[in-house]
Amino acid sequence: MDEGAIDISVVGTVTEPNDVYAFVVGPGHEDRAALERARLFELPVDRLVRFRLVHLRASLVDGDLGRLASELCVDPVGGWWELATSLHQAAPGEDDLLIETGLRPGVTDREGAELVRASAQLGLGVQAATIGTRWIVSGSLSELQVVQLAERVLHNDVIERWAPEHLEPSFVGSISGAPATQSVTVRGLDADGLAEVNSARRLGLDPEEMQVISHHYADLGRDPTDAELETLAQTWSEHCAHKTFRAHISVTEADGSTTEVDGLLKSYLRAATDRIDAPWVRSAFVDNAGIVQFDDDFDIALKAETHNHPSALEPFGGANTGVGGVVRDILGVSAKPISVSDILCFGPEDTEPRSLPDGVLHPKRVREGVIAGVGDYGNKIGVPNIAGAIVHDPRYTTTPLVFAGCIGLLPTGSNPTNAQAGDSIVVLGGAVGRDGVGGATFSSQTMGVETADVAGSSVQIGDPIVEKGLIDVVLEARDAKLYSAITDCGAGGLSSAVGEMAEELGARVDLALVPRKYSGLAPWEVWLSEAQERMVMAVPDPAPLIELAKRWSVDSAVIGTFTGEGRLVVVDGDDTVIDISCDFLHEGRPKRQMTATISAPEHVEATAAALENVDPMGDLLKILAHPSVRSNEDVVRTFDHEIMGGTVVRPYGGPHGDGPADGTTQIPPGTTSGRAMTIGIGINALMGDLDSYAMAWSVIDEAIRNAVLGGANPDQLSLLDNFAWGKPTNPETLGQIVAACRACHDAALHFNAPFVSGKDSLYNEFVRPDGTPDPVAPTLVITAVGLVDNPAGVPLTGAVRPGNEVWLVGPAAGALGGSHYEAVHPAIELGEGGAVAQPNTDALDTHRAVAEAIANGIVESGHDLAEGGLAVAAAEWAFAGRVGLTLDSAEITNDPHVLFGEGPTRYLLEVDPANSGSVEAIPGARRIGSVVDSDTVTVGPMSVTLADIETAYRGHIR
Amino acid sequence: MSRPKVLIPIALGTNRDADLADAFRLAGADPETVPIADLRNGVRQMADYQILAVPGGFSYGDALGAGRLLGLDLIGWFGDQLRDAVAAGKPIFGVCNGFQALVRTGLLPGDSGTASTLAENESERFECRWVTLNPSPASVWTAELTEPLRCPVAHGEGQFVSGNLQGLTERDGVVLRYSSGGYPNNPNGSAGDVAGVTDATGMILGLMPHPENHVHSWQDPLRGRTPGGNCLPLFQAGVRAA
Repeated sequence: MDEGAIDISVVGTVTEPNDVYAFVVGPGHEDRAALERARLFELPVDRLVRFRLVHLRASLVDGDLGRLASELCVDPVGGWWELATSLHQAAPGEDDLLIETGLRPGVTDREGAELVRASAQLGLGVQAATIGTRWIVSGSLSELQVVQLAERVLHNDVIERWAPEHLEPSFVGSISGAPATQSVTVRGLDADGLAEVNSARRLGLDPEEMQVISHHYADLGRDPTDAELETLAQTWSEHCAHKTFRAHISVTEADGSTTEVDGLLKSYLRAATDRIDAPWVRSAFVDNAGIVQFDDDFDIALKAETHNHPSALEPFGGANTGVGGVVRDILGVSAKPISVSDILCFGPEDTEPRSLPDGVLHPKRVREGVIAGVGDYGNKIGVPNIAGAIVHDPRYTTTPLVFAGCIGLLPTGSNPTNAQAGDSIVVLGGAVGRDGVGGATFSSQTMGVETADVAGSSVQIGDPIVEKGLIDVVLEARDAKLYSAITDCGAGGLSSAVGEMAEELGARVDLALVPRKYSGLAPWEVWLSEAQERMVMAVPDPAPLIELAKRWSVDSAVIGTFTGEGRLVVVDGDDTVIDISCDFLHEGRPKRQMTATISAPEHVEATAAALENVDPMGDLLKILAHPSVRSNEDVVRTFDHEIMGGTVVRPYGGPHGDGPADGTTQIPPGTTSGRAMTIGIGINALMGDLDSYAMAWSVIDEAIRNAVLGGANPDQLSLLDNFAWGKPTNPETLGQIVAACRACHDAALHFNAPFVSGKDSLYNEFVRPDGTPDPVAPTLVITAVGLVDNPAGVPLTGAVRPGNEVWLVGPAAGALGGSHYEAVHPAIELGEGGAVAQPNTDALDTHRAVAEAIANGIVESGHDLAEGGLAVAAAEWAFAGRVGLTLDSAEITNDPHVLFGEGPTRYLLEVDPANSGSVEAIPGARRIGSVVDSDTVTVGPMSVTLADIETAYRGHIR
Repeated sequence: MSRPKVLIPIALGTNRDADLADAFRLAGADPETVPIADLRNGVRQMADYQILAVPGGFSYGDALGAGRLLGLDLIGWFGDQLRDAVAAGKPIFGVCNGFQALVRTGLLPGDSGTASTLAENESERFECRWVTLNPSPASVWTAELTEPLRCPVAHGEGQFVSGNLQGLTERDGVVLRYSSGGYPNNPNGSAGDVAGVTDATGMILGLMPHPENHVHSWQDPLRGRTPGGNCLPLFQAGVRAA
């Protein structure tokens, strides 16, 4: 029996043929994006036209179908419908092909569900409906090319199915003969036997952990049930237990000495937060999200998550549920979600398709899907997306990264965390299906060619409309004090949510009470399903909560009680599914022992040859057009960053709304103190391999610079960390992680800025068919959140007024090692461009002084020096404000270290000449030039026009 | 004078109701958001309100076309009250998804025999950006506006398509137009730069952009370069007409 491969297609059942209808809705639309993708794969396609395809299972009489189609599906202007078989209007031409695609049964289908609901409103008896797509393909394709077109361009096998010609309607039915709970033999097995169980069930456990489980059950005198084993695997997964960040690590230092580290989280991240002991931190690292003080009445909750593995397989669904998940984390501390952010890392868009291993989607398709998924969820739940970044690097081709952040607002002290024995366990939200089983164990393993085949059930499509309703119910329940504790149902489903809440008390759950999408699920599947959009609460008196949920059209169910007996007991009617001690579940995992090796950072001085033939203008335009530097305005415009009406500084600003902002700033809706919050983000894909300690300092400094320019007070910052690395069982990889954690610790103490929440995503490594690992670029994302006392005084985006002075804060020259200058000069090998920018351990005084100048209202605009250094910052800043700049002080030379070098704690500030005396107080600040009334940006010996900058920076935007 | 009451109906997926309520409150009215179920079962009645304002969002996830299912709800559960409100000359406002729903009900543009729709943006994607709207005075909502409005759009299906744009234009039914120059000033490709339309009585206004998101000075992205908050007069006019 192969429990690993869960195929949701078995859910589909055959129905009576005379009950089933299929029709097509026109007019068709040319799909230019799909055509572009087809051409990427060199498929000879001239034109792709899509129509909506509707499948119904219904009891209809004469005329009903026409009424349903025209009143619910057809647009009143120019729309029409016809039976799928009639092939009259939605028909292929003589040389055209017809392909139909549709969702697999059981995948979230909001439109289909709404069609059923609306049909009932019209008095029509529709039992089930699904919406798919008919494609008319023009072009002369071979049979093989048709298959390639369907599989690589038109559909994703993880959630969809396809057929040449007509797709047979298929609906969610039930599986006959629901499997019962089974026991799994682990007692008495040797290491090989245990390894076999581990791999057959895709548990992702360490050999030592399998041994401990085997011994535990030997002591109990029985074998575990399948549900117990799966629950242990989920609870002990890297995703839930952060085994690497809690492991004991023997570190071989660069000088050959050895250091013992008892947990990265404890020794570095949490240690820094504890030592800082900031009075504004309400809670850090203990809950779904960190909580910090906002003003006298409100706190804000902060969280950033990763959703990398699912996004690699099904970009839309992965990113979609990534946003949904982090929003629920915020809801899980009783806060109202008020902003989301997204940091996305993709491979190069011009990757040669034939170079991709099987099972890897093309970066263009990943990018398209992820962006659509992020936008769909945020826009539909009505939370503004106000911050983000997009980075492209070849080391994200096989392992793209998706970081989703969320900030929430809650009245001070309004998140209850005191579940009591006797409280009911209430689950709110969506019903359980076979989709999304095993996400935590799946995301804690490396991916390979076969992953897409087996992981289908681990990837889901979100339903933001349901989550919007969930938010409304939770906030009303919070204000009415209807629950004593709350958590979200994320990876691991009920097993994680109830398991964690019951850690102290113990619980008894009856799976028969859990709402299901369809019958026929094994008990362990119900227990582990990650059906999205669900929250779990401990509720003293469920009746008013159930009533409230009903009013908001949100499903709810009482599924058990917290017992106070310290055991997790799960039954399915009369059958016992799980009976395990909470102590073993949560404390029984053996601490991981790991080894790490720290390599000496590469510090190579630039060779003269590397820096010959300087073409500064060409370099500037190349860096401006680099996919990690160029404008993302086209992407940001597909995200609603205005809803809630609180946005003060948008991601793109200036008189034309197309210049990049640094920190983005928002007045939380419903607050009255006049205060705002600002978000600064730091990320760098190029430095980590050279010197991950310096990289981590650098991105923390960057996040803080951005927050300061967003108006933040640098003496009340809170930080979030997101680590994305490859396999930590590789000592070199773990060495990089150790170094980055040390930098986080040291920088947090220097800046007096505590980490309040974080997330590590490891095993971001693709194993090629020949066994070569393809690890991700070492990536640390830092989010700095600060408070803004005077939102009206935040510097403008883009330089403003000719005649003003331009001041540079920080050294004129930066480093070229791991810089974007190096990235656009393929002739310079990594490291040859010079040393990596080293941490500035005097940075806080500078940030404070800049913030003070901003608070005093003398900084009209500013921009930080980041990717591409001084020249790129000047170009972006001038373009954003549509003014010229002349930066001509003697220190601005032709040296690429000056023009393009990168390094921490550097700003450009625009100041009225009358105020220049006040900026002199900023350490290391001096005047380097002026804002001028022209269309030319002059940086030392180099000049470019605003038109040239625009072409390079945003010429790719249609 | 007492503050007029504004009924703001919300369905599953409505999400800009709080923004709309904020604008009406600031304009001197007393808004109340009401779940559509309360209209269905009669817990709330339009007779008790002086203004109807249908907010933006993704009612029912935009399933089967933006605003279609909310329009079906409004007609099916609320149709008589809606007709009474129109007959009584109460100001009615629909923004974004609310506009789409009012078009689906046939109240807007309201010319018999001519179908209108809000089709997918010409760019084939969701667009969130600030636009400038040139008003004309044929609606009570826009009659006294003295300068172009600036506010954001945030929609994927906002291209106004009319079976008879010429007729609509001739009766002054188009009361808000995007500043010309094509995309992105006109973010969705509406023919004639149509951003907002009114019915023949001038009491019903529907528009795709979000004036409710530019009623405070600090919401203006041109911070410091303009006074800001310039959409508030639109709401004040509606409140005065109630």
